[in-house]
Amino acid sequence: MARLRHRAMTNPDRGPAPALYAKREPVFNRRIDGWFRRLKWSIMIVTLAIYYGTPWLRWDRGPYAPDQAVLVDLAHRRFYMFGIEIWPHEFYFVAGLLIMAGIGLFLVTSLVGRAWCGYACPQTVWTDLFQHIDRLIDGDRNARFRLYKGPWGPAKIARRLLKWTVYLAISFATGGAWVLYFADAPSLMRDFFTGQAAPVAYVTVAILTATTFVLGGFMREQVCIYMCPWPRIQTAMLDEKSLIVTYKDWRGEPRGSVKKAERDPGAFGDCIDCNQCVAVCPTGIDIREGPQIGCITCALCIDACDRVMKDVGRPRGLIDYATLEGCKQEAAGEAPIPVWRNLLQTRTLVYGSLWAAIGLAMLFALGTRTRTDISAEADRNPPFMLMSDGSIRNGYTVKLRNMQNRPRAMIVTMEGLPGAKMWTDDMPRERATRQVERVVPADATEVVRIYVVAPAGTPTQDFAFAVHSTSDAETDTSPIRFEAPETSE
Amino acid sequence: MAKKRIDEATGVETVGHEWDGIEELDNPMPRWWLWSFYASIVFALGYVIAYPAWPLVSQGTEGVLGWSSRGALARELAAEEARKKPILTSLAATPIERLPDNPALMRAAIEGGRAAFKVNCVQCHGAGAAGSRGYPNLNDDDWLWGGDLKAIEQTLIHGIRQPGDSKTRISQMPAFGKDGMLSEAQIAQVTQHVLSLSGKAGPNDAGAQVFAENCAVCHGNDGRGLREFGAPNLADAIGLYGTSAEAISRQIHTPRHGVMPSWGGRLDPATIKMLAAYVHSLGGGENFKDAAPGDGAAAAQSHDQP
Repeated sequence: MARLRHRAMTNPDRGPAPALYAKREPVFNRRIDGWFRRLKWSIMIVTLAIYYGTPWLRWDRGPYAPDQAVLVDLAHRRFYMFGIEIWPHEFYFVAGLLIMAGIGLFLVTSLVGRAWCGYACPQTVWTDLFQHIDRLIDGDRNARFRLYKGPWGPAKIARRLLKWTVYLAISFATGGAWVLYFADAPSLMRDFFTGQAAPVAYVTVAILTATTFVLGGFMREQVCIYMCPWPRIQTAMLDEKSLIVTYKDWRGEPRGSVKKAERDPGAFGDCIDCNQCVAVCPTGIDIREGPQIGCITCALCIDACDRVMKDVGRPRGLIDYATLEGCKQEAAGEAPIPVWRNLLQTRTLVYGSLWAAIGLAMLFALGTRTRTDISAEADRNPPFMLMSDGSIRNGYTVKLRNMQNRPRAMIVTMEGLPGAKMWTDDMPRERATRQVERVVPADATEVVRIYVVAPAGTPTQDFAFAVHSTSDAETDTSPIRFEAPETSE
Repeated sequence: MAKKRIDEATGVETVGHEWDGIEELDNPMPRWWLWSFYASIVFALGYVIAYPAWPLVSQGTEGVLGWSSRGALARELAAEEARKKPILTSLAATPIERLPDNPALMRAAIEGGRAAFKVNCVQCHGAGAAGSRGYPNLNDDDWLWGGDLKAIEQTLIHGIRQPGDSKTRISQMPAFGKDGMLSEAQIAQVTQHVLSLSGKAGPNDAGAQVFAENCAVCHGNDGRGLREFGAPNLADAIGLYGTSAEAISRQIHTPRHGVMPSWGGRLDPATIKMLAAYVHSLGGGENFKDAAPGDGAAAAQSHDQP
């Protein structure tokens, strides 16, 4: 067993090597109120309401389809989103949505930096929620710190148990809401609590409850710093024109308390080193050290610093949203670049137009798609069949898709192949004509075996099956080949 | 050989082996690895007790759970049998004439027949049931012995020229050339006449004469064959042994006769019905002669046989 693994170890000659493992410093972020905190509150309320509430919205689709507004029906391979129904072969709409989400993230990043991380990412929202639970149960920053340092006793155990119970309840609600997107929410809810739901529902809820509990309750900012690839990608996307939360060091440094500044006017910057920006940070960083991967740009330090600046009577914005380029100009004494100038970069315009183009193309495709579809597959063995009267028969498996939520009569015809007639495997050849009619049930695929017979001597050629619905103008065609013997015997 | 020493760079002892100057540090095992190792030992102990594990002389240990891969297979097969049982039972109870009245059962029968065909029939008739020279094509509308469900079932049960089956379908065409019943010239003439029946050659009066005297008794005056005798229709585009002049003349001289086994003793009645339904569904299946009145199909079939 070859163990040629290098490992940082204590070397008596060179002193201790830096450890590769750093224990997590717990974060006890202080409560803060301000413009950005209120923005975060609103976004949290909206996103959580969307997540927990959406499965309960109803949408009437008539008697043949579920009435849940948003439903991923894996069993029947349908995806319902309000008035839109997506079949598996239309999955490119979902792919398009994902591409739009990806480009949307690029767009948002180039517009307002890591706004996704700071406000809308589920990890941020749930961590924020759990930190509020901490605050409600254990008190604010100092009380939580004291409790953390204090010995384990009945009071601490009781508080911890209470907190973890609340964590678990939120986690369970989170995992539980997830499965509701995949089945009728009210009936799944009833089945779930009466033990009649599918095992996969219980397993999914258990896994998502566990991940929410661990990721939101305990790992928190470590997910952003160590696990998530997005901060790394974003770091590559940010440049000196990107909006970031930044400490204006030329204004703040050197730091000094109000008293020191009063004693020695002019010797100190605006930063009074009150540490409030660190105290409110949900990831426990010091923004004054400059841009860093741990900063999710939630802007709570801006709220904290603005409040302190107001209290000491200095202008707000010592910590503020700004671009590195703007900071440079501002530091040089010039007027800061207005924010809208950042929004109108080539990059944001390219991302924006790309995003809009994909969106418009998808809307167009969605608006013009028909809910009638035909696809034909020719028999390969045998490819053609000589009949007793010398005519040539080909067999086809034809799929008729009725993607509307009502039964529809559909008529299949042939385009091309003169002289040919067709019949199905459930009718005699004598009744063969140029068309086949089928009533396709609502929201269903009908598979029809169609035999096409062409007069003796018909050569191999292309033709098409066409379908039209008798109740509306929807049509579709499926090009296909008619095979014939190369030479007649 | 073992020369353990402390490595200067890391302060870790080496294991004492050396290959071309390359040495190995004796680092402790990573903790996660050790714990996984211990956990797998604990798991293995439980596994050995619960599942078949130790090979003994004639049999292995069985494990307290009593699980075995054969048992698992048997359970799966039993579950599958139970699933199919209602279909097979109702299929066995339904006379094949009544099968078309139950479209759902007919569908199930066709699908079952598709599977059974792949096991029992493809060896001669081919995977697509298109046959080959001497092995009938089951997709077309040319039937030697009849193409309705009942006739197909009958052929399946008793076979064709199956020795030892008294109800097997038998036809025997005389070897007109080999046994000296017709001269070479007469065979050539009647070959021309047979070709003319399907429009491949002009009329041949001498051949028509020979045909009327020797062939019409089985194949009919117009050469359309007689299913009662299994006599092929000579006026269509399909020939079991070929439709060229050479193939026809060879068949008149020394006829070949195929054999199909009787499946009645090998397959259960439900499987035979499924096979019949499948073959019938291949595009050439015929309706029963006594189809419901007003069904255009019955009248349209009149050309098949008088």
